[in-house]
Amino acid sequence: MWHSLIRLAQHRVLIETLVVRELKARYRGTVLGFLWTFIHPLMLLGVYTFVFMFVFKPARGDNVDPYALYLFCGLLPWTWFASSLSEGANSLVANGNLIKKIIFPAEVLPVVAVLSNGVNFLLGLPIYLGFWLAFRPEGISVHILLLPIVLLIQVVLSLGLVMFLSALTVHYRDVRDLLANVLTLWFFGSPIIYPLDLIAHPTARAVLEFNPMTHIIEGYHATIFVGELIHWKRLGVTGILALLVLVAGYYFFDRLRDSFAEEV
Amino acid sequence: MDGNQRPNQVQGQDVGSPPAIRMVDVTKQYRRVAQSHKFLTLKSAFVGGNIFKLLRPDEVFTALEGISIDVARGETFGVIGANGAGKSTLMKIIAGITKATTGEVEVRGKISALIELGAGFHPEISGRENVYINAIMLGLTRKQVEERFDDIVAFAELEEFIDAPVKHYSSGMYMRLGFSVAIHVDPDVLVIDEVLAVGDESFVHKCLDKIGEFKRRGKTILLVTHGMETVRRLCDRAAWINQGKVQAIGDPPRVIDSYLEWVAGQEEEEMSRLERDRVSGLGQGVDRSSKQPPDELGMQGGEDASVNAPYEVGRWGSGEATIDTVRLLDAVGAPRHVFTTGEPVTIEIGFSLAKVLEDFVFGIGVFSADGVSCYGTNTDIERFEPAVLEGSGVARIQIPAMNLVPGTYYLDVAIHRRDGQPYDYHRGLYSFRLHSPFGDVGVARLPHRWSFEGGVRWKREGGIPLDAGSSGEPLG
Repeated sequence: MWHSLIRLAQHRVLIETLVVRELKARYRGTVLGFLWTFIHPLMLLGVYTFVFMFVFKPARGDNVDPYALYLFCGLLPWTWFASSLSEGANSLVANGNLIKKIIFPAEVLPVVAVLSNGVNFLLGLPIYLGFWLAFRPEGISVHILLLPIVLLIQVVLSLGLVMFLSALTVHYRDVRDLLANVLTLWFFGSPIIYPLDLIAHPTARAVLEFNPMTHIIEGYHATIFVGELIHWKRLGVTGILALLVLVAGYYFFDRLRDSFAEEV
Repeated sequence: MDGNQRPNQVQGQDVGSPPAIRMVDVTKQYRRVAQSHKFLTLKSAFVGGNIFKLLRPDEVFTALEGISIDVARGETFGVIGANGAGKSTLMKIIAGITKATTGEVEVRGKISALIELGAGFHPEISGRENVYINAIMLGLTRKQVEERFDDIVAFAELEEFIDAPVKHYSSGMYMRLGFSVAIHVDPDVLVIDEVLAVGDESFVHKCLDKIGEFKRRGKTILLVTHGMETVRRLCDRAAWINQGKVQAIGDPPRVIDSYLEWVAGQEEEEMSRLERDRVSGLGQGVDRSSKQPPDELGMQGGEDASVNAPYEVGRWGSGEATIDTVRLLDAVGAPRHVFTTGEPVTIEIGFSLAKVLEDFVFGIGVFSADGVSCYGTNTDIERFEPAVLEGSGVARIQIPAMNLVPGTYYLDVAIHRRDGQPYDYHRGLYSFRLHSPFGDVGVARLPHRWSFEGGVRWKREGGIPLDAGSSGEPLG
């Protein structure tokens, strides 16, 4: 495991290059080009605000005002998480050429999927904070300094899941179709469009508590939206779980590694 | 790369320094897992079964079996064989892209594999960026790419287009850039799989020069190609792989000859099978309709030998005389379908008839695969005066040198009246194939000889061998 992590570190330049390639290629050929990285979350913000403020008003607890900012606080990291998973699951299959035709470390591909979407997230964050400053004159809480911890846990969890999913997708293309639906369900099972306090039903509450993304999203809410300390215990457990997922995911990936060049 | 860790010691063949590539008893099996089985495994995987065990194959295909090859440092080693023989699998195992199922593979030094050129190129981004990404993928550092960037672009001859997205490149430009990047990685061991087949003549020469330069610098090169001339010219040793096994290994000319002999045998088999199918498909019955033979043969003494009518295979005629057997014989009288350009060929026509005929002509015509008449003649054109045809017999036309260019040819044979009315006309039922060590073009190889005067010198003189054996070089 450590050996593999060291190897991954050696591929740092390769990962970096591929992340940049991914981002460049994504918006190449569009008129607005790299601006899309900013415009995309903005438009998403518009759509969700419209839907959840005017079309369909979910029951709201306290402390979710202004609702659009609350919503976006969870939506931004969720978009990162969801697109990492769906892109990452497909990454080995989509880059079959690299795996089949050149000497290429396969584990780089899922990492690139998570990180390139991470860059998109990080580029969307300043926009969010800009809006925040516009709506909330008191400014941004110092608790935002704890945000990197939350980010790190999300990265570890995403990596673990993507390692597992990408290796599985090589053998079962069905995973892609299944995953899209699972992610929709997962989205509604995380406190993104509603605050966690609103869920009173004990079973529903237990499901939410069990969902690691609940605590990660709550971490974003705490550090950005509310401006308080993160929940150390919950996030700590989530972090350990994320690490276990990564170890298991990597083990799974490694066991199936030899089959990639043949099955892709 | 350590392959499978089995305590498997290699015996002997210790030539001073350790070999650059060592393969001991390498076997590669591809597994096929049936779809129904896959569904079950997915289900059981979710229920908690062991997915690694459950992914056991239903069918095993052995791509390579017991391959043991040592390639010495600085050696240029050629691998030849038919499509699907396992050459690419071998290259992928050596390059470390796939792993051997059993056996040991050891490669000393940095390896670069040219298995598909430009495999990592992203179509949307510029050539410049792709060069960087591709080179880093192949193991260079950013700084090294910067140093070599100009060389890479200059070698690919893409200075003008390097900032255009790769999707606008022609396939030739794409290949050139891919080759250029791969070659500038400057490996100790270079694995080249069939990539020289692409690209125009001048670029192929450039690539060959570059490979020659590698060779001079003492690098190890492993070359998979269908170009026998390349193997002959560049390789120190060669191996012929067939159905996953080493059939022959050693001196390139000898390995090539045994391979080509096998290829000719395969073709011979295929051609005679096709011919049997064609002849039996028509049945033995003769189409008695008074169908006119097409006019382009020399059969009627026609002057115009151009073909516009589609070339349709068939048999027709009145049946008063029938052609029973048609064979192509080589110099020693053995029936064959595959010859080398310049070899003597005899066409033998066995006929029989019930009554006695006084008006008869034997004719033949040779057509290329695309239906172009290459040569036709008959006994009438050549001023034979028919007297009597009766009972049965054999007509032979001896061709001392079959000087058509390489390719597949169809043969028409016929017995007909002098006015062209056929007794039995066999159109395209028989075929043969010609090979040549040279790629001369056109229809026929005109006998010729080069001579030079004044300031002309050659590193090596070529020429068409007089004996025209199965290869350009005398057998070892």
